[in-house]
Amino acid sequence: MATDIIIHDQKDNVGVVVVEKITPKQDCTCWIMENDTSSNIQSINEIPLGHKIAMTDLKEGDTILKYGHDIGKVVKSIKKGEHVHVHNVKTKKW
Amino acid sequence: MEIPKSFLGYKRENGRAGTRNHVIILPVDDISNACAEAVANNIKGTIALPHSYGRLQFGADLELHFRTMIGTGSNPNVAAVIVIGIEPKWTKRIVDGIAKTGKPVEGFHIERTGDIGTVMKASKKAQEFVMWASEKQREECPISDLWISVKCGESDTTSGLASNPTVGNLMDKLEPLGVHLCFGETSELTGAEKVCATRGATKEASDKFMKTWSAYNDFILKEATDDLSESQPTAGNIAGGLTTIEEKAFGNFQKIGNCKFVDVLEPAEEPKKGKGLYFMDTSSAAAECVTLQAAAGFNIHLFPTGQGNIVGNPIEPVVKLTANPLTVKGMGEHIDCDVSKILSREMNLSEAGDKLIETTLRVANGRLTCAEALGHKEFVMTKLYRSA
Repeated sequence: MATDIIIHDQKDNVGVVVVEKITPKQDCTCWIMENDTSSNIQSINEIPLGHKIAMTDLKEGDTILKYGHDIGKVVKSIKKGEHVHVHNVKTKKW
Repeated sequence: MEIPKSFLGYKRENGRAGTRNHVIILPVDDISNACAEAVANNIKGTIALPHSYGRLQFGADLELHFRTMIGTGSNPNVAAVIVIGIEPKWTKRIVDGIAKTGKPVEGFHIERTGDIGTVMKASKKAQEFVMWASEKQREECPISDLWISVKCGESDTTSGLASNPTVGNLMDKLEPLGVHLCFGETSELTGAEKVCATRGATKEASDKFMKTWSAYNDFILKEATDDLSESQPTAGNIAGGLTTIEEKAFGNFQKIGNCKFVDVLEPAEEPKKGKGLYFMDTSSAAAECVTLQAAAGFNIHLFPTGQGNIVGNPIEPVVKLTANPLTVKGMGEHIDCDVSKILSREMNLSEAGDKLIETTLRVANGRLTCAEALGHKEFVMTKLYRSA
């Protein structure tokens, strides 16, 4: 069964695009690997293969969870369905 | 899948088994490269391992140089070794270190003889060695004779999603069969270091890992004019969708599956605590890391890639896998094992792990890797600090 987005862990608030790209306002299917369930989300932007999509609204200072772990902080608020990358998320290391 | 219990390897004098049967011409130092390359050019079937260092090094950096040289010559993928250095003392130290394995090794020094005379003498011995080695036959060896090292490169989110967990699945399946396993990349575990530390098999191993990682982190904080944000994640990583070093680290960490590491190794240090998984303190630069793992005695390498790293090694075959369908399409000549069907949900991780085990065994039995066929022989010494 094909999927547009893979989410590692049920706790994650981002998913990864696994098709060549998704286009704005596309209804996407998501596969949550951890418990092998499916869900849906509508995209806001075009997002290329391997890039992340927000599964929920996120505000500045929020923590991004992937693999069930903290992978950085939100530095510019993000809407559900929006592209998540270096323009709105930064490391907490430095 | 039932995992085969054996592979066809070259049995060595010290009880180890090789997946390859190389005769190498090993220069002790940078200025002996020309001589070593001339010998390899004269005698077909030998390979020279030129590199950039070996003069005026001191302290821990010099020890690492010797450990890497001796370890490379001692690797079971190497049948016999010619060592060439500018002067006799360091040349002899390397020859004596390799000779402990019982394999044929002979050293030559250039001072008082010059390049031409040395090339003549060393070529005669290299011819003898390569003709002797050419009669070695592959024999059935238990799968526990495989020493598998792993390192990922040009990672993107497909690495953490699929190709790294595929390696983790292979580790989970092969670890109980008694193989040696090794992961490294101290810098690229940054962000996942605390979780990684919990995977030590003993408190001692966990503490040793945290000590190693902290020493590395202190060094970065002390030496760096900037933080690592310009180089970690790399431009290639970012293009592939990786946003932070933490994200990269947790993706990287998927390579060890559910295994626990029994010990933490110095760069190029041979594991001494028996079978199982080891962590080695290495750079995350691909060629440096694989060179150190090969010098520690690992005889086959698994390299998951996202955007398409193309690294190879002169003595340790490097098996590449990717889950990125664009990488398979654009640079398929570098990919030994395609697991991109995971992303389309047409293949699960266990099936991907089985496919990788099958590829690994074919390469162990002699099938050339893509990197070998394309002539990738990156041999890169790790240097700890500047020379005197």
